[in-house]
Order: sequence, then C-alpha cells, then structure tokens
Amino acid sequence: MLQGKEITVRYQGCTVVDEVSFELHQHQWLMLCGPNGAGKSTLLRAVTQGAPYTGLVTLDGRNVRKMKPAALAKNIGVMLQHHDMSYDFTVEEVVAMGRYAHRQGLFSAPAPEDEEQIESAMALTGLLPHRRQRLSTLSGGERQRMFLAQVLAQQPRILLLDEPANHLDLGYQQQLFDLIACWLETPGRAVMSVVHDLSLARKYGTHGLLMHQGKIVSRGAMSDALAPEHLQAVYGMDVPAWMRSLLEGW
Amino acid sequence: MRKFPKVPLKGTAWAVSALAVLAALLLCICVGSVNIPLLDTLQTLGAALGMGEMPQGAVPAIILSVRLPRVLCVMLVGAALALCGAVMQGLLRNPLADGSTLGVSSGASLGAALALAFGLTIPGIPMGGTMLMAMVFAFLSLVLILSLAYVLDKSLSTQSIILIGVVFSMFCTSLLSLVMTFSGEKVRNITFWTMGSLAGSTMNHVLTMLLSLIVCGVPMLLCARELNAFAIGEENARNIGVNVRSIKLLLMAASSALIGVCVSVGGSIGFVGLIIPHITRMVSGPNHQKLLPAAMVSGGVFLLLADLIGRTILRPLEIPIGVVTSLIGAVVFVVIFYRMRKGR
Repeated sequence: MLQGKEITVRYQGCTVVDEVSFELHQHQWLMLCGPNGAGKSTLLRAVTQGAPYTGLVTLDGRNVRKMKPAALAKNIGVMLQHHDMSYDFTVEEVVAMGRYAHRQGLFSAPAPEDEEQIESAMALTGLLPHRRQRLSTLSGGERQRMFLAQVLAQQPRILLLDEPANHLDLGYQQQLFDLIACWLETPGRAVMSVVHDLSLARKYGTHGLLMHQGKIVSRGAMSDALAPEHLQAVYGMDVPAWMRSLLEGW
Repeated sequence: MRKFPKVPLKGTAWAVSALAVLAALLLCICVGSVNIPLLDTLQTLGAALGMGEMPQGAVPAIILSVRLPRVLCVMLVGAALALCGAVMQGLLRNPLADGSTLGVSSGASLGAALALAFGLTIPGIPMGGTMLMAMVFAFLSLVLILSLAYVLDKSLSTQSIILIGVVFSMFCTSLLSLVMTFSGEKVRNITFWTMGSLAGSTMNHVLTMLLSLIVCGVPMLLCARELNAFAIGEENARNIGVNVRSIKLLLMAASSALIGVCVSVGGSIGFVGLIIPHITRMVSGPNHQKLLPAAMVSGGVFLLLADLIGRTILRPLEIPIGVVTSLIGAVVFVVIFYRMRKGR
C-alpha cells in the first residue's frame, strides 16, 4: 500500500532522517519506535508531505508528490502530535473539517454521508456529549480524541498517527488503541504510528521499525524489530528487564 | 438523525444584518452638514428608482450627487477592509494579522502617494493613476514579502510572512515620509490622503469598489472552508486535503488587490481590518462560513458610523475618517487585548 524509499530529511545541514525505507501493507500496524530525536515524527511528516525530503514515497505505486492533496487525504489520514488552536471552534466543527476532501464542488451542500461519518466518528471517540464544546474548554485527552475523530471522519485507508496516546490517561489509551485495532480489522486498511511506549507497541503493533539518530536500527515483525539486543543498542539499557521491574510492584 | 450544522447565517441573523445596514445607510444619508428629513430622503431615493416624483429644491442634488455615493462607498470600503482582515487573520492564524501588519497597506499607500506626488493620471478615469499605482504596489509588496519569506523559509510559514510584513511596512512608511519631503506643495494633499478620507466619493468610486468586491471578495468568501482548515494549522489543512500553497497564494493575492483598491479610494483607513473581525468573531464564532459575511456587514456599518461621526461631531469641520477609525479602533483594540489577556 504505502512505501518509502531512501527517505532523507535535512534541517539546516543536519540529517534528521537518513535514507530510511519502509513498506506498509494492509492489515499491518507498523510502530515507529526509538528514543527522543530518533527522527520518527520527522519521517512521518515527510511521508505526509509536511517536511521537505529526498527519496520516494509511493501509495499503491503512485508517487504521492504527484497526487492532489484531496486525493491523498481520501487515502491517508494523519493525526499530528501538535495543532494550532488559535480560534475557538466547536468539537463538531473540527470533526466536520475531516470531510473536506469528500465534498464536491464549491457550492455543494453537505451530503447525508458527511453527516453520518461525522456522527459515527464522534460516537466512536466518545465525543457526542462534547459536540458543542469549544476547543478552549477541552482537556488534552479530549482534544486528542477530537483530532482522531476528524481523521476517522476523513474515511482514509491508511492512518498515520504521531504519538496518539499523548495526553491520554490509561483508560483512554486502551480505548483508543482498541478502537484503532478494531478499525484495522476491515480489509484494505493499515496503520503506521509513532509510539514511545514500547509496551503499547509490542501489544498492538504487527510490525516495528526501530530508529536511532535518523537511521534504521532494526525492522520487521514486532518481536524481531524490538529484540532486546536492538533495544540495548538504542536505549543503552536492558529494556525488558526494566519493563519487568516496573511490573514487579503490581 | 441530527441535522448537519447549518453553516450560513440563519434567516433572522440575515434579516437583522440587512436592517442594520439599511438603518445605517439611511441615517448617514439624512444626517450631515444639512439634516434631511427621512421622508424626503425616502421620496428622493424612490424617485431615483422610478417610483414617485422627485421632491423640489436642493435635497435631491445633495442626496444623489453627494451623500449617496459617499455612504455607498464608505460601506463598501468598510466591508472590503473587514473581509480582508478576517481572511488574513484566518489564513495566518494570527488575530493581529491585517493588511497593515502584513505590509500590503503600506505598499499600496506608497504607490498612491507616488502617484499623487508625481501627478500620475489616467485620462478619462478620475483617480485612475492613484488607483493603479496603489494596486500595483500592493501586488508588488505581496510578491516581495512572499519572496523574502520564501528565501528565509521555504515552507512560507505564517510567522515568517508576518515578521517580514512588519519590517516591510516600516520601510514603506519611511519611503512615504521621504516622498512627502520632496513633494513640494503637494505634501498637503498627500498628508490629508494618508489620514484617510472618503469625502468627494463619486458613483465611479462606488462602481470600482463594487467590481473589486465581486472580483476579489467572492473568491475569498468561497474559500471559507479552507480558512477554517488553516485556522487549525497549515499541516492539518494539508492533511485533510487542502491545496495549501495555491489557496494561500489565491487568498493573499485577492486580499492585497482589494486592499490596494480600498487604499486608492479612501486613503489609509486603519484598524477596520484589525478590530472588526475580532468583534464579529465574538458574536458569530470562528467559523469563516459565518464570520466572513458577518464581518463584511459589521465593517460596512462601523465605517458608516465612523464617517458620520467624522463629518458631524465638529460641524462644519470634517475629521478624516482614518483619524476617527484610529481613535476608536485603538481604544477598542486595547480593550479587546486586555480582555484576551485576562481570559487566559
């Protein structure tokens, strides 16, 4: 479905992502893992055309650079880590923006399908009671769910998520990851996400890509990508032992 | 199933807006150096539209040749400036963005001042030289600001554009002072014009403003959904399918051209594009599908009332409209800014 070939991103002479290649096929949940500054979010931004890069990103064999933004948006939904919120829109207004690519023509009215998708996205993310609430009154977690609802309303085939568990308490983390796992069950869909929490990555990811200083350290099935020796090389510690010690108190 | 949220202004809001505009128009036609009874005004306007007989005396001439063109022009300039301000604030996600903070107004003013100083005219078109120069300079300012922003930051981020706009604006103001220094006896004309005045507006000015609003304003109104997307961030806008660069360039070109026309018709009229979208947003909310038309209505009514104050408060002296808007605008802006800071 989605393929990246030798993607390199440079900022002010510094190579942030260094010739990274990946493949994302249907039913896969590819977890981008690695320490801070590894280049995970930058790689995701390059794939979504948000950061200038060299290399090639293709969707079903087509160069995404040559695709129109609306066509790309119908296929790929992106949830960013940070958003500008200069103006106080309501939850429903923000979620409805996800239907932008599906509206035909300048003067077309919203179709019944738009309404259904917005309702369904808000229902799935538990935002129906907050639909009239303004951005400034939402908690960090509610905002995160609102942007996920916007992406779901977009009806993409591929989800690209940058730290989706950010600002979410444990209950919502579980709810959100279960929701995405359920979404992924429909044929023809795939997910690629940046995740810091390696436990979440192990539990939900089907494949992993471990990065360090802009380069790929390991990739493949989750158990191979996050093998203890790779984690030791990247984090400089025995990660499984640390995880086990955290659970000892329970 | 719940109905999709209605995006256009509701019927009652439209009716109230139309009534407010009509009331402000009639008030501004009736009140002036000579007060005209409402009935005479209505009779004259009716006769001009082919309904009934024209009243006797000087009233028809005052209304049809002097006040009607002026108030229509004032209303259209107010609507255009407020629309441009709302568009720029949405586009740049910055409530301080405006033609003046972007440097487009200053560029247009410099062009118009050069036309006045060198007596540039276009035969057969009153104020044609000033208008053309203001529009050309507004465009050039935009191109220059965007080019500089692109050289510094290939993504054309809003912060870069605003920063360069502010610096460019200062540069143009200095050049304007220089032009005034060397413009000899024409310095009075330029000084008065920089204060902003719509006295002496004619039906040609009204038609020019109307045409400009159709050519430049309609595309802006049609991009309301894109502006909503921009307000959540350029990257989010791109991810939901907005062609960020094209829409940004279209909106900037349309708004700079419209500001250029406004500057050439009415001189430098500050604060309308800055405070009117602010105030309107408090009532209509930030959704540009409601905000843009509402800002146009508020901008039109605000400038009509500012013009009325300017020509009546020190009768028979007339205070330039730009001075009135700056005096009111500065105070209102400080109040808004204070409330915003207090609200955080």
